[in-house]
Amino acid sequence: MKGHRKHALWFAFALHRASGLLLALFLPVHFWVLSYALNDAATLDGFLRWTDYTAVKIAEFGLVFLLAVHMFGGLRLMALEWLPWSHRQKTYAASAVAVSFCLSTMFFLSAV
Amino acid sequence: MTETLAVSVWRGAAEGVFETHEVPAQESQTVLDLVAWIQQNADPTLAYRYACRVGMCGSCAMMVNGVPRWTCRTHISKVATSGKVEVAPLRNLPIIKDLAVDMDPFFDKWTKAEGMFAPSTSRDAPIDTGVDPASSARIAADEAIECINCAICYAACDVVSANPEYLGPAALNRTWSLVNDVRDGRLDERLTAVSGPGGCHNCHSQQGCVTHCPNELNPTASIAGLKRATTMAALKGRIL
Repeated sequence: MKGHRKHALWFAFALHRASGLLLALFLPVHFWVLSYALNDAATLDGFLRWTDYTAVKIAEFGLVFLLAVHMFGGLRLMALEWLPWSHRQKTYAASAVAVSFCLSTMFFLSAV
Repeated sequence: MTETLAVSVWRGAAEGVFETHEVPAQESQTVLDLVAWIQQNADPTLAYRYACRVGMCGSCAMMVNGVPRWTCRTHISKVATSGKVEVAPLRNLPIIKDLAVDMDPFFDKWTKAEGMFAPSTSRDAPIDTGVDPASSARIAADEAIECINCAICYAACDVVSANPEYLGPAALNRTWSLVNDVRDGRLDERLTAVSGPGGCHNCHSQQGCVTHCPNELNPTASIAGLKRATTMAALKGRIL
């Protein structure tokens, strides 16, 4: 990690970029699986049974976290660009991570 | 504090090596003091740049332990870890020699960003006293105007590293100060200059410029203002 990047808002940028890339990789697989709902329900049910495994539930926790942190991070960036400037940028970035973690943890607790 | 500091300074240009010198530690010592001691006592061929020594001229910026800083106002006690300091030339600019970088690309981008004031009236017009210091535009201009051109924000910006065409935080900050200057007469030309490739919309809002600016300016807020101004001007058909 280079010295000039060691600050909270660079980590917020990196998290937003990484979550966006990972979601971009996930979405084609997501839609491919969903397509079985139209023409092969048995195969879809086979995929859905994977969600009974703990490892898949943990992966879903990660997925929900990525979705939430990318959404809240995106809202933070849109507010930064379109609303009057606020000096609480670090607070907003930290809040986006905290709320995303709470949401994904609630999802995980309801899934197990 | 230890009796001596191990100071590694970059020697060479794009290709080079760090050379380490043992420099006597003193009370209230700055990074620039260390570099000057090496040049005056150990190696007179060391090239570096400074002028005012009091944080006004913006010429002594260097990378100190990987962080861009104004060396004349950076106390060793703030940066020396275990008695060691690494001093390198600024990122994102061509190295002339050792710690001195070529500032031409930095200032060329001020020109590309229309960073020169263009009066809307001639010298023969009556003196205009219509600048309201309390207006939101003047406050925005004042907040952006204290830049000392040190290029620390430029060195801290990863978008500049990734896209050499990007105008950078300082040039865009300058443009924002002029966009908010009611005396200026080239608003649409400025907005056009900063809305194309390499312009304000390239900023990723990493805010390294804000984090490292020694004068605590906020180029990210200025760039966000330009993004709004250029978008509104485009929606109204004033710029392409």
